[in-house]
Amino acid sequence: MSKQRLLVIGNGMVGQRFLEELVAKTQAYDITVIGEEIRPAYDRVQLSAWFSGTTVEELTLCDENFFHDNGITFLTGTKAVSINRTAKIVKTDTGMELCYDTLVLATGSYPFVPPIPGNDKAHCHVYRTIEDLEAIQASASSSQSGVVVGGGLLGLEAAKALKDSGLVTHVVEFAPQLMAVQLDDIGGALLREKIEALDVRVHTGKATQNIGTGTTARYRLNFEEGDLETDMIVFSAGIRPRDELARSSGLSIGERGGVIIDDHCKTSDDSIYAIGEVALWQGKIYGLVAPGYEMARNLASTLTDEAKTFSGADMSTKLKLLGVEVGSIGDAHARSEGSRICSISDASRGVYKKLVISNDGKKLLGAVLVGDTGDYDSLLQYSLNDIDLPEEPISLISPQSGDKPVLGVDALPATAQICSCNNVSKGDICASIAAGCTTMGAIKTETRASSTCGGCTTLVKQVLDAELKSQGIEVNNDICEHFSYTRQGLYHLVRMHGIRSFEELLERFGSGNGCEICKPAVGSILASCWNDFILDPKHVGLQDTNDNFLANLQKDGSYSVVPRIPGGEIGPEMLAVLADVAIKYDLYTKITGGQRIDLFGARVDQLPAIWKDLTDAGFESGHAYGKSLRTVKSCVGSSWCRFGVQDSVSMAIYVEKRYRGLRSPHKIKMAVSGCTRECAEAQSKDVGVIATEKGWNLYVCGNGGMRPRHAELFASDLDDETLIKYIDRILMFYVRTADRLQRTSVWRDNMEGGLEYLQDVVINDSLGIGEELETEMQGIIDTYECEWKRTINDPAALKRFEPFLNDDTPDGDIVYVRERGQKRPARAEEKQQLKVKEIA
Amino acid sequence: MSMASNAERSEALEWFDIAGVDDIIPGTGAPARLGDKQIAVFRDKTNIYAIDNLDPFSDANVLSRGLLADMKGRICVASPVYKQHFCLKTGECLEDATVNVRAYPVTLRDERILVGIAE
Repeated sequence: MSKQRLLVIGNGMVGQRFLEELVAKTQAYDITVIGEEIRPAYDRVQLSAWFSGTTVEELTLCDENFFHDNGITFLTGTKAVSINRTAKIVKTDTGMELCYDTLVLATGSYPFVPPIPGNDKAHCHVYRTIEDLEAIQASASSSQSGVVVGGGLLGLEAAKALKDSGLVTHVVEFAPQLMAVQLDDIGGALLREKIEALDVRVHTGKATQNIGTGTTARYRLNFEEGDLETDMIVFSAGIRPRDELARSSGLSIGERGGVIIDDHCKTSDDSIYAIGEVALWQGKIYGLVAPGYEMARNLASTLTDEAKTFSGADMSTKLKLLGVEVGSIGDAHARSEGSRICSISDASRGVYKKLVISNDGKKLLGAVLVGDTGDYDSLLQYSLNDIDLPEEPISLISPQSGDKPVLGVDALPATAQICSCNNVSKGDICASIAAGCTTMGAIKTETRASSTCGGCTTLVKQVLDAELKSQGIEVNNDICEHFSYTRQGLYHLVRMHGIRSFEELLERFGSGNGCEICKPAVGSILASCWNDFILDPKHVGLQDTNDNFLANLQKDGSYSVVPRIPGGEIGPEMLAVLADVAIKYDLYTKITGGQRIDLFGARVDQLPAIWKDLTDAGFESGHAYGKSLRTVKSCVGSSWCRFGVQDSVSMAIYVEKRYRGLRSPHKIKMAVSGCTRECAEAQSKDVGVIATEKGWNLYVCGNGGMRPRHAELFASDLDDETLIKYIDRILMFYVRTADRLQRTSVWRDNMEGGLEYLQDVVINDSLGIGEELETEMQGIIDTYECEWKRTINDPAALKRFEPFLNDDTPDGDIVYVRERGQKRPARAEEKQQLKVKEIA
Repeated sequence: MSMASNAERSEALEWFDIAGVDDIIPGTGAPARLGDKQIAVFRDKTNIYAIDNLDPFSDANVLSRGLLADMKGRICVASPVYKQHFCLKTGECLEDATVNVRAYPVTLRDERILVGIAE
């Protein structure tokens, strides 16, 4: 039997989700998709991020192989023009005729442009597709000011886009308040106040009569009373379902538009379904993505004969608009009969919170939060799961009084929806844990929970911890059996109590004698705090093998040596020194990935002599052996390069010298690129600096290696001083708070609040520790000394490099053979042969 | 400082003077020669221990450079190459009971470290 032919019209967020859900369940369909846009589905919810640097590729929702791998025919840039329901054929604008057995309409919506004379001028735009954004950007480049018509959720997103483009930004709203759907009048007024404080000018209760020519700007919006001049306009006044195809083919359409569907997303034609913003369910069009996803899921079930129905979706939202936190749950306007309200409003903090409570005071029906959405997650759970409210509901939203009732995840029923984007219940998460998913990553992959907006991450983690605990799996973050503390906890103890040695810390806060986990960790913390000589007798027993001999142990027990070459800049005289040393001690030489030269095959007893030669010539330790700053890679920059806009080499050398020797939870790599071509590959480093016309862009928390991660843009166009200040603070905050052996990328991924939190701490000094971090860093910088220089002048330290306690002849078991003109360790069988020869 | 307990049982031991106690920094180890063998000598807060210096996993003479580790009360060294733990009293490998190193009896005389091997 040949496969059923399934035709999907539209490849937006919901259409794409439907495909993913369907192919995960069945291969029974021969699928064709028609998309009007030239690219596959992308994340419209995050559109404004495009203006702050997020690329189209990053916004794209599926990887390029998705269609091919699943045998789906995908026609981009193709528009369906008619449906012949009797013959079951769809015609396209490219002249194709596509047959179907089942048809899915996922045509979405179009932006509504109010019928105002003059709304079709060249610099009037809408805000929905990537092409719209490109047009907005093009207009913005020749504009000083911009107006967004529409003060709803999307309108404010569009306002952010204009503001990020550097325009004087206005929002014009017909209703008397902003976000009239989600917020009440008080909440709307506070939101307005906050947005105006960000220099976005808000005009409410204004109906635009027409758009004419301006005198000081390109256009003039004429209101009933007054006017407003602007260079460009973006309309964001709501959406309308794209139902024209359904209409012309005679499907049942709602009075105000929208293809009518039943609980199985079926239209008035048994072979045709509709999902997303084109669909009208019980008289409602859902303009949010989560309900669309819910329809996609239900339709995929329906088409695989699973009996699931669509029963409406929650419209609660939590978001940040222009940096202002806004949340709306359920019946925000208290329209339910007999509902009661309790609210708090704190003008000094700019916070407004309102609860809508059932008449008997027991259930939460809705809520409005402006300025602080910290309570959103737990309030949403009360509302969605009909949980009984505490006796004094106001305590749920009162400022941190200490006795705020905590809604433990234990209180949630298994049916409680934890992730609304992907409709994952607490029960689903518990099931995945029972099946062996014991990390956040595993749960995310298995259930999709917290994989879309990430808003429920904390809640998912709480469910995970509670579940593991109840299964008797202890969630233990202790560093090892000798200290019941995390690395962060130990760091604070060392700082606060001024502890200067491992013994002291162990005596006061630990037990036993320590091990190879806690010793190096504490050794590193002590070095980060006090910067004592790491080979001091009281610290030497703590150092990991490499730190212990200030070199990198190789497989045969010999060491490699990496002198510091700041920024990768080295003159011929210094190169000659390296060559001389390599020849003198017969060392294998190789260029590293970090623009340095590694010298291999030194016996432990040779290290002091090698370093004597190196330091005499002016080299310093490169700390390749330490959990510390390794290298600052650079491109040649503006001094030679035709394209360079800043002197990246000088900056790299400055940065490398500043942070050399800083001991940290793990190694740190940096790079400085002299222009946007990024030849130093700064975006794969813990700290990456890229030159701009105006200064430097700072990228953080990237990684190469086993788990590559692109660094994220932390701040733009910084001057030298601010750049260094930020790096000081970021590094010291990392040293303070990261786990043992946790690279910055993982540190960042595990950070609650993510990049924004880090920016808040570093740029806005939200924790008030900025100066402290800088002072601590300055302490490290001021006490830097080359560890090798110190060592070769310290007879007691040198004693440890002697070949044996009781013999001066070196270890004869280290054997080399030659390959391509250099030595390498002999393999076991080669060693055997050499021994046989010797005896013969 | 007391004499280390040791698994090695032998009627007749020959003792070799290896070094002074203060030649080893407390909490570290150091290599020594014992006849044609290499041994690793360790000093913790109270005791001196001696085991083979050859790490059976990497076939390199490196155990003296490992970190001392208290594994639930057992004093061990963690190999610097692949991190297996060897008990300093018995030479037993905690991760793989089939791979052991030899442990040697140690005694102190006049602040000198003496290591014994069977004659």
